[in-house]
Amino acid sequence: MIAMDIVTLSRLQFGLTALYHFLFVPLTLGLSVLLAIMESVYVTTGRTIWRDAVKFWGVLYGINFAMGVATGITMEFQFGTNWAYYSHYVGDIFGAPLAIEGLMAFFLEATFVGLFFFGWGRLTRIQHLLATCLMALGTNLSALWILIANGWMQNPVGARFDLATMRMEVTDFWAVVFNPVAQAKFVHTISAGYVVGSMFVLSISAYYLLTGRHRAIAIRSMTVAASFGLASALSVVVLGDESGYMASLNQKMKVAAIEAAWHTEAAPAAFTVIGIPDLATRRTEYAVRIPYLLGMIATRSLDGKVAGIENLVGVAKRRIASGMLAYGAMESLRAHPADPTALATFKAHVGDLGYGLLLKRYTPDVSQATPAQIDAAAWDTVPPVLPLFFSFRLMVALGFYFIALFATMFWQASKRQLERHRWLLRLCLWSLPLPWVAAEVGWYVAEGGRQPWTIDGVLPTFLSVSSISATDVVISLAGFVLLYSGLAVVEMFLMLRAIRTGPETSPARPPRASAVRPAVPLAAD
Amino acid sequence: MSTYEMLRLLWWVVLGVLLIGIAVMDGFDMGSAILLPFVGRTDMERRVVINTVGPVWEGNQVWLILGGGAIFAAWPPLYAVAFSGFYLAMLLLLASLILRPVGFKFRSKLPGARWRATWDSALFIGGLVPALVFGVAFGNVLQGVPFRFDDMLRMTYAGSFFGLFNPFALLCGLVSVAMLTLHGASWLAGKTEGMVQVRARRAGGIAGIVVLVLFALGGVWAARLDGYAIVHFAGADAPSNPLLKQVARVPGGLLANYAAYPWMLAAPVLGFAGVLGAILLLRTRHPGLTFVASGLGVAGIVATAGVSLFPFLLPSSLDPNAGLTVWDASSSAATLAIMAGVTAILLPIVLAYTAWVYHVLRGPVTAASIEADSHTAY
Repeated sequence: MIAMDIVTLSRLQFGLTALYHFLFVPLTLGLSVLLAIMESVYVTTGRTIWRDAVKFWGVLYGINFAMGVATGITMEFQFGTNWAYYSHYVGDIFGAPLAIEGLMAFFLEATFVGLFFFGWGRLTRIQHLLATCLMALGTNLSALWILIANGWMQNPVGARFDLATMRMEVTDFWAVVFNPVAQAKFVHTISAGYVVGSMFVLSISAYYLLTGRHRAIAIRSMTVAASFGLASALSVVVLGDESGYMASLNQKMKVAAIEAAWHTEAAPAAFTVIGIPDLATRRTEYAVRIPYLLGMIATRSLDGKVAGIENLVGVAKRRIASGMLAYGAMESLRAHPADPTALATFKAHVGDLGYGLLLKRYTPDVSQATPAQIDAAAWDTVPPVLPLFFSFRLMVALGFYFIALFATMFWQASKRQLERHRWLLRLCLWSLPLPWVAAEVGWYVAEGGRQPWTIDGVLPTFLSVSSISATDVVISLAGFVLLYSGLAVVEMFLMLRAIRTGPETSPARPPRASAVRPAVPLAAD
Repeated sequence: MSTYEMLRLLWWVVLGVLLIGIAVMDGFDMGSAILLPFVGRTDMERRVVINTVGPVWEGNQVWLILGGGAIFAAWPPLYAVAFSGFYLAMLLLLASLILRPVGFKFRSKLPGARWRATWDSALFIGGLVPALVFGVAFGNVLQGVPFRFDDMLRMTYAGSFFGLFNPFALLCGLVSVAMLTLHGASWLAGKTEGMVQVRARRAGGIAGIVVLVLFALGGVWAARLDGYAIVHFAGADAPSNPLLKQVARVPGGLLANYAAYPWMLAAPVLGFAGVLGAILLLRTRHPGLTFVASGLGVAGIVATAGVSLFPFLLPSSLDPNAGLTVWDASSSAATLAIMAGVTAILLPIVLAYTAWVYHVLRGPVTAASIEADSHTAY
């Protein structure tokens, strides 16, 4: 059996490095698109102030991008280093989107980011805009493939367990790519990235307006950020709702835990706005509830039921019993590969094999588990209700706040009075960290809500780890904490310094002449 | 030959191409970083070195990321065993790789001498440590690695971190460091002028001779090492389950492939010829040719390790039967086919725009060009 401290340490390390990585990713996503928008304005209007704006936000983008790249390598490596059994078990399906991400997206992003920074003097305006757009395209495609991989963890379609290789193998690659969960998550996640980028530009611009510096660039940047941010904030909420709907189809337990829905209610179920879920009594105290709303969101109907936790645990018990049969048949087949009864049993129950594997935490002999062990394993399928309940509510509340803030600033921008209310500018400035909070708790809801599985219903998290020692993981975790903390300090310092320095404005002159002249003498080698 | 067998062979070749891609593309900027303290004495000279790779290292690094992703997709057991088995070495590699992006990006943001010296060290470590770890890893793979599988194919690894740094593996690590140093020197000789160029040529000549000597020594040593042979073959299109075959250890048999398939000698010959060519060309004024020669040398040396092992990818010294081979450590035929199609479409596009970017950035980097470009240069 697997020591649980390895599992806890490996999860802690993956969670920390993933959340840290996702401090940089959404800003890269949002800023890359904002840079492309601003540079398009520069190319179409020819006004150099827009180029100055692109260069300034580009400096901040570059500092952030380096951190995103540095911490991204960790994510790819960690599947192999810390989750080796996972890599073996689902690599046939999960590896492909990661490889395609490198080939289709990251090459594009990383190759053109070099030209974005070093190409100003070597490219025409149109060519440079093209480089910027390809960089932004690469960033967004990168998110697409990563979320296809992640979507498959939530909703493992297009694959089956193969007895000869003891792992999951792909049966329908297109089902993996066009997984509805993945598509909904992709649009939700990039929209969240755009909100982060927009808030970043909005807040820093507000800082300049409050201090009366770099007014021209700040007002222009703020206008772009407010309009793009409003569209993105609307999209993030609408598509978040789509994500929730998708989850209600396949991850019923996640939805039940998020809603602290202990029992199945008569349709349409009420939505609990806020309350205090009590694990011991399996009740939600002080609940403020809106009738019908949850049923309508989750099932998009008035007669669909939202399953409660206790009822879903009952379902899990039945699936565990079925999984035990699959596991027993698998063992018989290993001894007698041609045994027709075992093969028939295996085929009938292989869909529940993952539930059988949940028992491995309690007994090596899965097919002989006791009722008490089955009961314990079934309750393991409930993710942590309390943190999910509050994280989700925090994320949603922030989502609505962003819509309100961006709408207000959009209104101010369209009336050309962005500087009129200083309290609004201050509000923009102090709202800077909020989209990051929303993004991080959003990931917690998605991945914490997936527990106890790495692949929903297929592979339990505790089985997915590598066979390494706890000491190894403690060493690496300590190393990450030290290295990442140090880098965070340097990164914040450089960011704040660049913001304080502010944009450099070039003297107004005809842009075309300077843009085509190479700044570097070309060698005739 | 069945389709599955062909796909596996194809992906073995692709694996080689990707590893060579990493060594050639990411290798020259790692080599340049190793040379940074030696060919750049002043801050401006170091900026020249850094700016030769400044615009392209991000794209180059994708070869490494793609390599990881492709091994995950096409050879999942290899990915699982190698990455978790070499756990602390991988983490060391990772930490040094993390220093690279921030080193490039952060160094030029402040003028202080100590600040810059710190990031110079970070860049040096980010070049040296990966080069060393890659070589050491290959050295261990060639000798076989102590791992076994249980009947659910969960792998356990019986080696230790310090066990990885055995004498033969360290020799391979040094070959790798010297080879990437030579390759970095070829790059710098073509992209710089003046004193930096003179020093790069000199350093490249020394590194090249070290490669020749150590690579030859490695060959002599390897001839005495044990190899592995499949004695009961499950078939070239059998399911990817390493436990279906039987393997025997062959004393002194690591280089047995070269007797069985003499054409494989092309790999070490290319290694020697490329390195020798690069040493000679470094003295001439043909920067493009020099870079091609050192690139071919790197390719030949990496390929030598690959063909010596064939059909093994990662032999097991603990339970030889568990060793991973081309025939039992791949993804399913469906995944290999899809990934082959995707690669066939996308890789030419990647190579095309990469070539365009290098074309745009052609020409040497000099102190004058950095000052002209002071806002964007590193």
